[in-house]
Amino acid sequence: MNHFPHGWGRPRDDVYGAYNHAYLQPDGSKQHTQSPIVTGTSVIAVKFKDGVVIAADNLASYGSLARFTDVKRLRRFNSRVVLGFGGDVSDMQHLDRLLSTLSIREDYSSTASESDNAARELNARNLHTYLAKVMYKRRSEFNPLWNAILVVGLDGESQPFLATVDLLGTTFSAPTLATGFGAHLAQPILRRAVPDEAAVAEMTREKAVGVVRECMKVLFYRDARSIDKYSMAVVEKEKEVELVEDEQLEQQSWAFAEGIKGYGTQTV
Amino acid sequence: MPGFDFSNHNRNVALHAQGVPLPKATSTGTTIVGCLYDGGVVIAADTRATSGPIVADKNCEKLHYISPQIWCAGAGTAADTEFTTALISSNLELHSLSTGRKPRVVTCMTMLKQHLFRYQGHIGAYLVVAGVDPTGAHLFTVHAHGSTDKLPYVTMGSGSLAAMSVFETQWKPGMTRDEAVKLASDAIQAGIFNDLGSGSNVDVCVITNEKATLMRNYIKPNVREQKERNYRFPRGTTAVLNEKVITKEDLSKYITVHEIRDDDQGQAAEQMDVDS
Amino acid sequence: MASVFSASIPQEAPGYSFNHLSSGTREHAFNPYTDNGGSTLGISGADFTIFAGDTRSTSGYNINTRYAPKLFKIGGEGPSNENARIVLSVVGFAADGNALKERLDTVVKMYKYQHGKPMTVAACAQRLSHILYSKRFFPYYVHAILGGLDEDGKGALYSYDPVGSYEREQCRAAGSASSLIMPFLDNQVNFKNQYVPGSGVGHALEQRVPEPLPRKDVEQLVKDAFTSATERQIEVGDGLQMMTITKDGIEEVYSPLKKD
Repeated sequence: MNHFPHGWGRPRDDVYGAYNHAYLQPDGSKQHTQSPIVTGTSVIAVKFKDGVVIAADNLASYGSLARFTDVKRLRRFNSRVVLGFGGDVSDMQHLDRLLSTLSIREDYSSTASESDNAARELNARNLHTYLAKVMYKRRSEFNPLWNAILVVGLDGESQPFLATVDLLGTTFSAPTLATGFGAHLAQPILRRAVPDEAAVAEMTREKAVGVVRECMKVLFYRDARSIDKYSMAVVEKEKEVELVEDEQLEQQSWAFAEGIKGYGTQTV
Repeated sequence: MPGFDFSNHNRNVALHAQGVPLPKATSTGTTIVGCLYDGGVVIAADTRATSGPIVADKNCEKLHYISPQIWCAGAGTAADTEFTTALISSNLELHSLSTGRKPRVVTCMTMLKQHLFRYQGHIGAYLVVAGVDPTGAHLFTVHAHGSTDKLPYVTMGSGSLAAMSVFETQWKPGMTRDEAVKLASDAIQAGIFNDLGSGSNVDVCVITNEKATLMRNYIKPNVREQKERNYRFPRGTTAVLNEKVITKEDLSKYITVHEIRDDDQGQAAEQMDVDS
Repeated sequence: MASVFSASIPQEAPGYSFNHLSSGTREHAFNPYTDNGGSTLGISGADFTIFAGDTRSTSGYNINTRYAPKLFKIGGEGPSNENARIVLSVVGFAADGNALKERLDTVVKMYKYQHGKPMTVAACAQRLSHILYSKRFFPYYVHAILGGLDEDGKGALYSYDPVGSYEREQCRAAGSASSLIMPFLDNQVNFKNQYVPGSGVGHALEQRVPEPLPRKDVEQLVKDAFTSATERQIEVGDGLQMMTITKDGIEEVYSPLKKD
């Protein structure tokens, strides 16, 4: 037994060598996420008459390495809310756990009657507000959760809801949304289909799913951090959430590549 | 002495090191596109020129003439696209005169890339080169560093992704002229409405075996509405602190005075848009 | 800037008698701020105050959404803030703007519950200043304008810098097009650089005296200010949200702006 209480419970220096204080600073300062490591790319979503469609591919990249090819980035929260995560995957998993705790806590503390499902469960707007507060608090502590999140589902009035929150706590809502590369490539396509709230009322579920599939194809063509396997979820009024996690991109067109020879003067 | 004058370079580096910022160049944070079709090629551009977040020109021309059947759409630093295309246009004309043949698009593309490569990206010209020559219709992109690409449809500038989303969803091989013009202008409009660096009108140039047709302001989706109020001030609103009258007679001692009559309005190159 | 006075380290690159900006280590830390663009303005009249803001939210060259309000009713009842008498406009970093709005809204609501009377605009204005200054060393990155009617029923307008310095004014433009709109307002609302024709010669010429403008004229000026800003500022556009506070309450109007 060491005579100095300071040394109790610690690995002995004469056996293991002195502790490298670079690992955990004893002054209490913490290392924060300063950049994302394993990342997911775009998440896209569009509102339609009675609900919302959301999609994200199944890739988690490690820099330019396609590291994990079967990562599910859409999360069903309850019968009327689905979340889509872009950015750091470990932060996504942290939020996933946070949301599970929230869900359990809500189930225990809710006072509304069992049958009144709509009043009991958190709706999409509630969840978006919650996440916005979490994200804004973390950015204010200089310890951000490196994500861009889409929250889709139904709000308190059972109307389609679609909003986003990012690592800075910035929030906004629109008839169509896309994070990451999708903001550049998919958003123009989505906006053409649904330019404003008035167009949402004209949009059918089938057409919305169609335009989202088209966007996933364009993203696979042009986003170097994407993959041709993706997840898609539909939240619709008076229906159970439909979440498919193993969609495969179909009807790709690479035929034009045959006709291209070189980059300039080459002809054969 | 041909070429650029570098005599201020050392002074500028010194100033820059002391924190003096570089002068802001007008950039055409642009959307430009090109598309091959059966029987020719079409290129198109938006007409917004920016200086940072400010719109410098609401209706500038980004489609540049190279030769009668070769045209260039330019993105990047406005001056660089302007002068680079003018220089290559001039050299290509001389080349055409000395060979006695119509200039070829590959020649133009090669001259551009060699010129730009020499300047290692410091000439910020990003170009879409298109044209028809005896070997057919051709379409290239040339980047500021000198790399080139040859594709059936291309986009460049800050709105290139928005425009590319249109091509990737709607392009098909073997289009007609009208289909290609519609597709190219739709791509530009995607840039205009989704990219802040692009805006105002759509310019289109169609090049066929016979000729090139420039359709300036082919679509004008952003006409400004009538102002609510009239901002004409009564004469005398501005304070005049002192006055000095120089008569026409005095002035003509130094310069030639030429009277322009009211009906000579046509001489003005372009009418300014002012309140009535 | 890299320190100019430190001893120069031998480098492979050609050396000058001064240091390069790029020398030294470059840190890439997390930046907790961003600019979401857009512009707002407020004008106070004899018996009204008018607020306006475009509804575009941007990040870089992208449009986040074409409808993100920058004008908020403060201290009303329920989720839609009914019977509110104070308006806050915020432009800059939208997340901070939102947090600021929520804090002020809570304060004004609590005041009413505790004192049984609504907070005056002057009191609310000073409270907002204190909230901003409380984050002096990690500021809310916003340019706020607050307004309503004062205790005499006159239009009241207060404008703020990000750390809480504030002032009551006739009119104020804020945000990315403020440098375009503010001179226009100076000239058209306060008649700056306008003289009465024929009232004198040289320095004796009389300055045109500003008088409170009628509401219709102010609404026209606001619309022209924003359509003009939309023409020349790439971050301004999509929609115009206007709120007018009168003794009868707050009127809200939305009108479209150019979307390019």
